[in-house]
Amino acid sequence: MVKFNRFTLSNGLRVIVHEDHTTPMAVVNILYDVGARDESPEQTGFAHLFEHLMFGGSINIPVYDEPLQRVGGENNAFTSNDITNYYITLPAANLETAFWLESDRMLSLAFSEKSLEVQRNVVMEEFKQRYLNQPYGDVWLRLRPMVYKQHPYQWATIGKNLEHIEHAKIEDVKAFFKKHYNPQNAIMVVGGDVTTEQVKALAEKWFEPIPAGEKYERNLPQEPEQQDERRETVTAKVPLNDIYIAFQVPARTDENYYALDLISDILSRGQSSRLHRSLVREKQLFSEIHAYLTGSFDKGMLVVEGKPLENISIEEAEAAIWQELEEMGKAPITDEELTKVKNKTESTMVFAEMALLDKAMNLAYFELLGDADLFNYETENYLKVTAQQIQEQAQRVFRKENSSTLIYLAEK
Amino acid sequence: MTLNRTLAPEFQAIDHISLIEPEHTQLPNGCKVYWFNSGDQELLRMEWIFGNLRFDSAKPLLNMAVNTMLTEGTSALSATQIADKIDYYGAFLQAEYGYDNSQLTLYSLNRHLGHTLPVIKDILTDSQFPEKELDTYIRNQQQKLQVSLQKNDILARRAFNRAVYGDSIYGLSADAVHYQQLKRADMLAHFKQMYQPANCTLVIAGKADEEALKQIIDTFSDWENAADPADVSQQLIESATEHFYFTEKPDALQSAIRMGLPMVNRTHPDFPALQVLNTVLGGYFGSRLMANIREDKGYTYGIGSGISSLKYGSAFFIATEVGADVCRNAVDEIEKEINLLKTEPISEEELSLVRNYMLGSLLGSLENVFSHADKFKNVYFSGLNYDYYTRYTEIVKSVTAEELLALANHYWNFDEFYKVIVGKY
Repeated sequence: MVKFNRFTLSNGLRVIVHEDHTTPMAVVNILYDVGARDESPEQTGFAHLFEHLMFGGSINIPVYDEPLQRVGGENNAFTSNDITNYYITLPAANLETAFWLESDRMLSLAFSEKSLEVQRNVVMEEFKQRYLNQPYGDVWLRLRPMVYKQHPYQWATIGKNLEHIEHAKIEDVKAFFKKHYNPQNAIMVVGGDVTTEQVKALAEKWFEPIPAGEKYERNLPQEPEQQDERRETVTAKVPLNDIYIAFQVPARTDENYYALDLISDILSRGQSSRLHRSLVREKQLFSEIHAYLTGSFDKGMLVVEGKPLENISIEEAEAAIWQELEEMGKAPITDEELTKVKNKTESTMVFAEMALLDKAMNLAYFELLGDADLFNYETENYLKVTAQQIQEQAQRVFRKENSSTLIYLAEK
Repeated sequence: MTLNRTLAPEFQAIDHISLIEPEHTQLPNGCKVYWFNSGDQELLRMEWIFGNLRFDSAKPLLNMAVNTMLTEGTSALSATQIADKIDYYGAFLQAEYGYDNSQLTLYSLNRHLGHTLPVIKDILTDSQFPEKELDTYIRNQQQKLQVSLQKNDILARRAFNRAVYGDSIYGLSADAVHYQQLKRADMLAHFKQMYQPANCTLVIAGKADEEALKQIIDTFSDWENAADPADVSQQLIESATEHFYFTEKPDALQSAIRMGLPMVNRTHPDFPALQVLNTVLGGYFGSRLMANIREDKGYTYGIGSGISSLKYGSAFFIATEVGADVCRNAVDEIEKEINLLKTEPISEEELSLVRNYMLGSLLGSLENVFSHADKFKNVYFSGLNYDYYTRYTEIVKSVTAEELLALANHYWNFDEFYKVIVGKY
């Protein structure tokens, strides 16, 4: 059970406080309700590029990192298709430094041309390092547009191509800031060796004077239900063949999300999972195989990915995956197997409570989903899932006409 | 009163860092047990840690393969049954191979110890390395290796370790043929010699109350040693004579760079001050290498440096992946930054920032009881005690710019660096 207090400033900034006096540290986590899905199709990769620019100095503070390191703090950030999340860890005694830094960059950035130029280069190197110069690195650049035809999830957070990043202009940066970076679109979680009164006073001092800004009204094209089997084969400079099968699944907030997450656990969590046991160990068709959910706010993906052994044909390997997937729809799983994945989920939640930063991130994430307290009901939601629900969801999802298959063939 | 946002709030330097020290005992069979009892959650992390056996270059993979395959079956339990039991009780079991020690780690809720501990006992006393599982292991590792060998940073790390650590357990780069040489009989013999109680340190962290300790100790009290003790010595390390290694990848968009040289390890009196010097150069986000090569030039997504402290050796290294067209410029800039630290004293402003950053980082790394156990392992397996941390924090607070300048001159000579480039140059 993660306890917290919650208040909203007059400018709309939502603040959550989680007191944890077992540590001498504090964390400040700020989630902005903007991700790659909010980008224009002509300017992809922008939310992530913008995240880099948030470290390039703000209106009153020329450099961001240095003053934080000077008080013993560390920080980082990440961008996903749904959100952009910034976090600081620092000695609790120096909490105010985090408020000073974060409030100034919520107020306004410095918008320096030099920072934009450098970060464009840094992000292009990131693009190369993670997506282009790695075997299979471009998988999301290929798979997303197969699964999504309407929804902006069709591009990865890094963007569709290097050119979109190369052409980013300072006017675009300013417009993006104005549209998304204001108190109404943010959630702040402060955790650790702090008190709610202290956080309230600091929030009123540093954040309340920031103008509320405009509320961003999200209106994204939703992805229609898939009606056709989709398939692509690429021959690439990769050492081994690789099979990706992506299925459309309901959004993170859908009541069936928990059943689907357990389906991915049954398939692939741990050495006792079905795909590993059957296809790696018993039938010896794959060297490795995994299944996972993207957990997206809008319609998501369940992805099955496996590398067949060198003497196994793609057809045989693919048929074996389908046999396992269809099996789940044919008969309800046993109580024992269901209990196993539920136990694993339950203990994972207990372990997660050991990490302060994880707790803070989760509170912000669930607040955005509707209520920070949902975090405390996660385990319960998983425990409620029945064998029948799992069977129904497997039948609904694992259909050819709901699948997008991407095959990498190793260039010989 | 208007808020002056240009002024940084007052802050406090970190004065004191308190570390939790473990309690300990030794079982009659020689197994040393250390425990940290703290935390609100009813869970435990238990690590059975064993010294690796002396490296045999004719059978180089044994330490790694035996460790990785610990979960692959005993006389009583198949690999699948082990996985089933562990997963059913919501536990996590990991075999981790390290350069000096290898370990088996179990995360378990206290209430399931009665089901999870016997599995560990079975593994540590009766692993069988079944032929079928060994074949699967070899085949899958060889496939994974093919993917790794396509990654420039991995190739650079392999070449660097080979050059600095030579033909030793640290310099080893597994090749497909090494996997082919693995034999079940060798693995069984290796297992029996290495995984015995006298070569084991058990570190427990979490809700290590009396009841849990009794359960653990009772389970392992009749664990017996083999006839011969484990030989955990290693031969002297001989670095290569060749200092420059370039592997060309004509299609590379980026080049991986790794360079550095052998260094003193944690037991040396200079080590804490060298950590300060390393942090200034490339040990944090605001470091000189990051500020210059990423934040000013935009050549890379990331660059860093570090000191890997091992029992029988140590290395200082710088690692990055840079745009293929700017690889030479990046190497030149690295050289400049090294030489600058040898010619100009670090300003007090920069040094005080690094001092605070390092102390904050140490404080922040103590997130929970597991982190306290990790701090213990750092000193314990280096043959040190908690005085190390007292000395470390003292030196971080007090080392002078002149001392750091002298250290840079003593330890760093760019011409003597081993330099590895994979990509274009």
